[in-house]
Amino acid sequence: MSALTAFVDAIAVLGPGLDGWPAAEAVLARHAPYAPGPTLLPAPLALPAAERRRTGRVVKLAIAVGLEAANRAGLEVGGLVTVFSSSACDGDNCHEICQTLATAERELSPTRFHNSVHNAAAGYWSIATGAMAASTALCGYDASFAMGLLEALSQVAALQRPVLLIAADTPYPPPLSAKRPLSDAFGIALALAPSRGERSVARLAASLVEGVADRLADTALEPLRLGAPAGRALPLLELFARRQTGSVMLEYLGPLALCAEVNRC
Amino acid sequence: MTPLVLSHYTATTCVGRGLGPLESALRAGRGGLAPCAFETVDLDIHAGEIEGVDDERLPAALAAFDCRNNRLARLALRQDGFEDAVRAVVARVGRRRVGLFLGTSTSGILEAELAFRHRDPLTGALPAAFSYRSTQNTFSVAAFVRELLGLEGPAVVVSTACSSSAKVFGCAERMVAAGVIDAALVGGVDSLCLTTLYGFHSLQLTAPGPCRPFAVDRDGITIGEGAAFALLERPGPDASSACVALQGVGESNDAYHLSSPHPDGLGARIAMAAALSAAGVEPGQVDYLNLHGTATPSNDRAEARAVVALLGARVPCSSTKGATGHTLGAAGAVEAVISALALARGFMPGGINSRQLDPALGVHYLTATRNVAPARVLSNSFGFGGTNCSLLLGRLG
Repeated sequence: MSALTAFVDAIAVLGPGLDGWPAAEAVLARHAPYAPGPTLLPAPLALPAAERRRTGRVVKLAIAVGLEAANRAGLEVGGLVTVFSSSACDGDNCHEICQTLATAERELSPTRFHNSVHNAAAGYWSIATGAMAASTALCGYDASFAMGLLEALSQVAALQRPVLLIAADTPYPPPLSAKRPLSDAFGIALALAPSRGERSVARLAASLVEGVADRLADTALEPLRLGAPAGRALPLLELFARRQTGSVMLEYLGPLALCAEVNRC
Repeated sequence: MTPLVLSHYTATTCVGRGLGPLESALRAGRGGLAPCAFETVDLDIHAGEIEGVDDERLPAALAAFDCRNNRLARLALRQDGFEDAVRAVVARVGRRRVGLFLGTSTSGILEAELAFRHRDPLTGALPAAFSYRSTQNTFSVAAFVRELLGLEGPAVVVSTACSSSAKVFGCAERMVAAGVIDAALVGGVDSLCLTTLYGFHSLQLTAPGPCRPFAVDRDGITIGEGAAFALLERPGPDASSACVALQGVGESNDAYHLSSPHPDGLGARIAMAAALSAAGVEPGQVDYLNLHGTATPSNDRAEARAVVALLGARVPCSSTKGATGHTLGAAGAVEAVISALALARGFMPGGINSRQLDPALGVHYLTATRNVAPARVLSNSFGFGGTNCSLLLGRLG
């Protein structure tokens, strides 16, 4: 297939022991050791207080990485096109709904219900930023990140304007966690642009090819890649952190992988 | 944008299986809504349940995908020779050159709802037979259809509540334009579950009787289930001017509230204007508008304001949700297929159940089907999270 291309103007990460891109960059470039720890989620201060109280972990995570990437790229969030990608969006909320529906009364809370949509993070993001541009929410199970990246790149090509990709996953509580085990909250955002700018980090070209996803050579980090669908982006982030030109294979659907070629700017 | 032909399409809702029953129901003003008797639901509401969904059997090799949502997908794919049409396209362009873009809001969540009733009394564990990945997960329906039809190209599920399966048309168009694929299978599948029936009821958005879009006494939605699919391709040399084509897609977000529309329908207006602009069509050239028209007081008011502001008060419009119910994540695709049918078969469907229209809404709402052939149809789909998508379909040429 023809490759889809864009310039990467900023990267953001929040994951277990990876608290923001500068910290993650140092770990992925092997300038700092990886120190395991829980994912730290900041309060979504961009949201009005009434909305902030209603948001779950995945919304806090998505807003945090989205703002980190947009700010570093110098983008005006109010006009941004966004692509949200997640395997399950708000798993805690889904658990509560299933619990309630298993009771005799089935008294569902209206807020629980409206938070159950897969585009909840996208909806809260638009309220927080005032962005009225196109915004979508995708799911591809473990391939959610690569699907989101492909969609975001196709939007950059079609619209010829910056697009913010936000991939965010949080684990389910028990008993669903036994059916869908994830390690901890993991979020990644990429600010993509159609042309090279002052802040461009790399040029990215992606295409679907037959193959399997690359693993991380570092055995301390490989569990992070497998621990959440958004973590499947780590081989790509490793290239960015090491300021390397090269290519990686990201998890997609069999028999394909998403081949991402990175050229340093 | 470069138009894409809808070379084949099909839809299954509570009015029947496939295009034949859908057209005759729309022409006759017949609906499929009935008092809700789904599962153990104990609510004073109507619903658009499709008969015989649970009689549908998946191929043995795909048994892990068995759930109401995937049964409905299979049932719908078997109508109108659609599976064969997909196989013919695959044979022509190759299995890696056909993209798969499906919308759903709740996927197979019903399986999780049932599993939570049967947790192990000691450990709290869910039953061993419950398969999260192939039923509950939002991607399940695309994984199922991809395997069923032997597709190996790009695939994704869009899940943006009630705009999901309108937005997939945009995904497909961008991927074809970028040269990633030559053809796309797009669609939407959403099936009844307790989450949506009890959830919309908790928000006091459900009507006790069949929904009455744009009526002065409208009192909420009627939830339905549905599945609709279309094959999108570049127009070939043999494409005639009678072919139905996707000509424009417009998307926006309200940035207002998670479950209430912008009161003036500002996001809706932006999405409609973007669809017209992508198609190079003036507001006055729209012959019929298939409204989102959910029949809640605030949704219809907001949409009417957006319609009047952009298209004026004269364009004939209706909501077909009085007949099919609101099929949520499938609504975009179901109504795109209804729009295609209106173009191909030369009629404008009238909205049913709405005896006394709300004069305050100020739109030209059709309460009876008109045997007038539209050349351009706009279809609206809006959803929770403030998501909006409008599709412009027309006859080629």
